[in-house]
Amino acid sequence: MRNILLVKYGEIATRGKNRYLIENRLIWTIIKRLELYEGYRVYKEQGRLLIVNEKKDFDYETVIPIVLNVLGVTAVCPGIEITDQSIESLREHALIHFKEHYPDGGVSFKVITKRADKRYPLTGNEVSADVGGYVLHNIPNLTVDVHNPDVKLMVELRNNAYIYSRVIMGQGGLPYGTSGKATVLMSGGIDSPVAAYLVAKRGVEIEACYFDSPPYTSERAKQKVIDLASRLADFTGGIRLHIVPFTEVQLRIYESTPPEKMTILLKRAMLKTAEKIAGSNGSVALVTGDSIAQVASQTMEAINAIDPAAGLPVLRPLCAMDKQEIIDIALKIGTYDISVRPYEDCCTVFVAKHPETKPKRSIIESIESKISDLDSLIDEAVQNTEIMEL
Amino acid sequence: MIYFDNASTTRMSDEVFEYMCSFIKKNYANPSSLHSFGFEAEKELDKARKAVAAVIGADADEIYFTSGGTEANNTAVLGVASAYGRLGRRVITSSIEHPSVADSFKELEKRGFEVITLNVDGKGYIDIDELSRAVNEDTILVSIMCVNNEFGTVQDIEKIYSVIKEKNKNCIFHTDCVQAFCKHDISCKNADIITMSAHKINASKGVGAMYIKRGVRVNNLHFGGGQERGFRPGTENTYAIASMGRAAELALENMADNFKRVGEVRKTLLRITDELDNVYVNGDVENGSPYILNLSFEDVKGEVLLHALESEGIYAATGAACSSRTKEKKKIVDRLNDGRGKSAVRFSFSAENSVEEAEMTVECLKRLVPKLRRFVPR
Repeated sequence: MRNILLVKYGEIATRGKNRYLIENRLIWTIIKRLELYEGYRVYKEQGRLLIVNEKKDFDYETVIPIVLNVLGVTAVCPGIEITDQSIESLREHALIHFKEHYPDGGVSFKVITKRADKRYPLTGNEVSADVGGYVLHNIPNLTVDVHNPDVKLMVELRNNAYIYSRVIMGQGGLPYGTSGKATVLMSGGIDSPVAAYLVAKRGVEIEACYFDSPPYTSERAKQKVIDLASRLADFTGGIRLHIVPFTEVQLRIYESTPPEKMTILLKRAMLKTAEKIAGSNGSVALVTGDSIAQVASQTMEAINAIDPAAGLPVLRPLCAMDKQEIIDIALKIGTYDISVRPYEDCCTVFVAKHPETKPKRSIIESIESKISDLDSLIDEAVQNTEIMEL
Repeated sequence: MIYFDNASTTRMSDEVFEYMCSFIKKNYANPSSLHSFGFEAEKELDKARKAVAAVIGADADEIYFTSGGTEANNTAVLGVASAYGRLGRRVITSSIEHPSVADSFKELEKRGFEVITLNVDGKGYIDIDELSRAVNEDTILVSIMCVNNEFGTVQDIEKIYSVIKEKNKNCIFHTDCVQAFCKHDISCKNADIITMSAHKINASKGVGAMYIKRGVRVNNLHFGGGQERGFRPGTENTYAIASMGRAAELALENMADNFKRVGEVRKTLLRITDELDNVYVNGDVENGSPYILNLSFEDVKGEVLLHALESEGIYAATGAACSSRTKEKKKIVDRLNDGRGKSAVRFSFSAENSVEEAEMTVECLKRLVPKLRRFVPR
């Protein structure tokens, strides 16, 4: 018998021929994250992964939070592995596990058996009844409740047998880096980190891009974005942040645009810039935190006027979410507290008092076409971009 | 680097640094320890206490060390209210106090005191007549700062004290002298309680002091091992206190020279108002503290100018550092002239600054401000 952590990964199991690639990526990610800790190994076990420590005691307190952050993990279950699958052995070990976690009883429980190995002489229900009866008689104050038990004692019969009683939910999604790559436009606000997280959760590798406008934005605003990206790196296992010096581009647009149209042109320039960065890092899409009609530059008309500036698809995972829904996710993933630090992120000095909410694409494009040096300013900004590996 | 943010905090001067370091190496004892090693530490505290007392003409036993200006201000306001609350319910302050005073008065309001907040005029002065009218038999406390931390207006503390005592001799007068201590000539004769801080006078952060006139009662907010005669328990920060004592000695020696020196720096920087249009002085140009110059550059956001200056190695502030973490739109400067706050930049000086630095800053502003004015909010 040894202590193990069973890892469930949901959606991948339904994949076809590329399933092994995705599984291997997940294994690789987990191994990489546990590199610092001695003795941990990861094995495949029929639709599950198995984490064991081959040298020392299993340190659940350290390992569980790390594995829960890995994208693609739907749940983890701390439990035990036993090689002797005889019914006597299952009973004894189920009792050991139960006693360890609920020594005083006083709970209701049921046993659920999963029998992947159909050659096993007993059916799942027979195993459950046998093990359940044995546990019930050997621990005081236990009751059986098959509908709504406090504890579900799980017995899984695979290559070996696994017994656990706790299922801790993870991030879900797909393993990071299995669905191509995208570049995220990050402002330091609440929305863009959430957009980045959601896309990463679908397996997309992400690089982040921040537009720095000194002296209109401060060092602290920049640090805020660095901290946000670092937080995302807890899920992705590292992230590259591009810091684009954008002041010159902004001032040029300011000088050539009616105030109410400024933001639209600015966001187009940001997309164009991000696209150039995406091109050099192999991204096949851009990601923004736009949410329909949240602000003037995120109305349907504004999106229509901004979107064509980039040749790459622009993903807007938050487009149909309410602010509160976005905030809930931000709180869950720990970016909210960073996002609400009171430093100016988007150069508010440039925002018009009454920005246009229904810009016309053709008008915007014609104004933009008259800014003759815009492309060269953007190129210059891209050239001077600072890259940070977080 | 040109450091013009001395009202936020100052560099520890080399002399104070050496002094403090040698004390740290020499004596780490707890001043309350009964052995001679502890007694040595206690003697160092007494020395510092005397040095601080000497600056304001007080006796050493009227000085109590605290963890800083904020704690001293909190203790003064809440401690007086707690000691005299049964005798009267009216308390008076001004609209330009540091948050550690202003928020303590908000707390008193919650506790059922009648709080009267005196407004200031365009230069930042309270109206003495209005104060005189406000003080009545029911008034137990008046708290008005000496030098304002944002724009440097200096209130007439002597006059204020006599007006208060004329109306009600039992009313306690507290003055926050954090920006005045060791810089302006302040006397304990003109106040019942005075707040002082170490890190504004080239000493260590983390320590401050209160002068409490003999006979004035201030209830302590902390409880413990009886340090500072039971008024402020907790093992004394001997190192920082030693630095405060040394800094006070040095400042007292050089007060007049320093005053003149920073006055020249301020005067030099003031030239920017002739060089550029639409630059306004917040506070009192002629009689304000020479240690602070607060300017509004019309059409330039204070924070943007601050960051532009910082890229040239010049460090200033948009307001008190203590207020910059709150997101309030209106600043204290707006109480003098509404609308000036958003374009206000505070330059604050120490004796370590030079006229050359001010000249360089003027040149820098002449370059930066017109550039920034090209891009105004529309």
